[in-house]
Amino acid sequence: MNTRAWSFAPVSEKRTYALPLLLLPVWVVIYVFLQPAVDAVVHSLPGMMPGSMLTEAVRFFLYEVPKVLLLLTLIVFLVGIVRSYFSPERTRRILGKRSTFTGNILASLLGVVTPFCSCSAVPLFIGFVEAGVPLGVTFSFLIAAPMINEIALVLLFGLFGWKTALLYAGTGLLIAITAGYVIGRLKVERFVEDWVYAIRPGSGMVPDEAMPFAQRIEHGFESVRDIVGKVWLYVVVGIAVGAGIHGFVPENFMASIMGKSAWWSVPISVLIGVPLYSNAAGIIPIVQALLEKGASLGTVLAFMMSVIGLSFPETIILKKVLKLPLIFIFVGVVATGILIVGYVFNFIY
Amino acid sequence: MTIKVLGPGCMNCKTLERRTREAVEQLSLDAIIQKVEDYQGMSLYGIMSTPGHVIDGKVVSQGRVPTVETIKELIQQSRQ
Repeated sequence: MNTRAWSFAPVSEKRTYALPLLLLPVWVVIYVFLQPAVDAVVHSLPGMMPGSMLTEAVRFFLYEVPKVLLLLTLIVFLVGIVRSYFSPERTRRILGKRSTFTGNILASLLGVVTPFCSCSAVPLFIGFVEAGVPLGVTFSFLIAAPMINEIALVLLFGLFGWKTALLYAGTGLLIAITAGYVIGRLKVERFVEDWVYAIRPGSGMVPDEAMPFAQRIEHGFESVRDIVGKVWLYVVVGIAVGAGIHGFVPENFMASIMGKSAWWSVPISVLIGVPLYSNAAGIIPIVQALLEKGASLGTVLAFMMSVIGLSFPETIILKKVLKLPLIFIFVGVVATGILIVGYVFNFIY
Repeated sequence: MTIKVLGPGCMNCKTLERRTREAVEQLSLDAIIQKVEDYQGMSLYGIMSTPGHVIDGKVVSQGRVPTVETIKELIQQSRQ
């Protein structure tokens, strides 16, 4: 099979390179002039009193939606190019010969950059087991991959700033590394469904790592169509709810419920967050508004991580290859890690 | 010719199945299109991301949804 079999609709290479170069300045211009443009529009609308609740909510919505979508488009495009260098097969090859701990660190980092969707969790798990990747290392990957994704990071960066985005990524990695390490130490191999070990490695497909760069750019566009096309509605709805909270909920309203002094808020956030399944794009704008109204950072982080990182559908899917005790161990260890993160941040800030 | 779509039933798998049918129709081929939804069946092909696309026993793509045009190209190639 030749490499051209991978090419998408026939596009001339020149056009592939020219398109991003043309779109980038347009992107920058829109991004720079967005704030003044939105201000002008809001002022010109009838009945928008400066400083009123409604005005603030409308302004917030009209500014944040295009801003977040712009950031999302750019980052998803770039991440799409980066991910074309990391196939699951390649990641498996890298992890196959690693010992634990170094393996846990590498797996968590690779979990961030390797293309992953929760519907692929099972074939990926089987592929890792076949290649002899230790179970704990596999779990580090499976924890990091959904938790630290580009959508979460873009929204955190856009709505909270780079510090919170880094904090989230850092603590997420820490949880993936330690939780994977702990699960590895627990010797849980017997809780993997027996048929998984019985599988003889299939032929598979030689991953095409030597793609021409033009094709990687195509890959970036494909990710934008795919991911932004899927999450834009969550962004709009999430920011609309966030704008409502932003404009109409009184200051410090959340302090007594999700504030620092409410010690029980962290476990409750995790308990609510684990079964709750939402896209990062839908939950982060709401959480940002809550933070503004007096919820504490640790509680908010814990809530986000349990919603995004531990999802009910994913555990159901993993049930196909893991016996029930291991499902509970997996959820329990990760939830404990998230709890610790929540308390530590409530303590520090 | 047998074309298999490997996937547990997520959005991408359904899209791939639909596009495969379209491609086969456009080429007016006499091909059997099968959907493999169980993981054990999928694991025989050694794919690590879904949806997997198998033409005559050979994995031609995985983890992505090729366009109808690309699928037609892939089919033509494996016929040669």
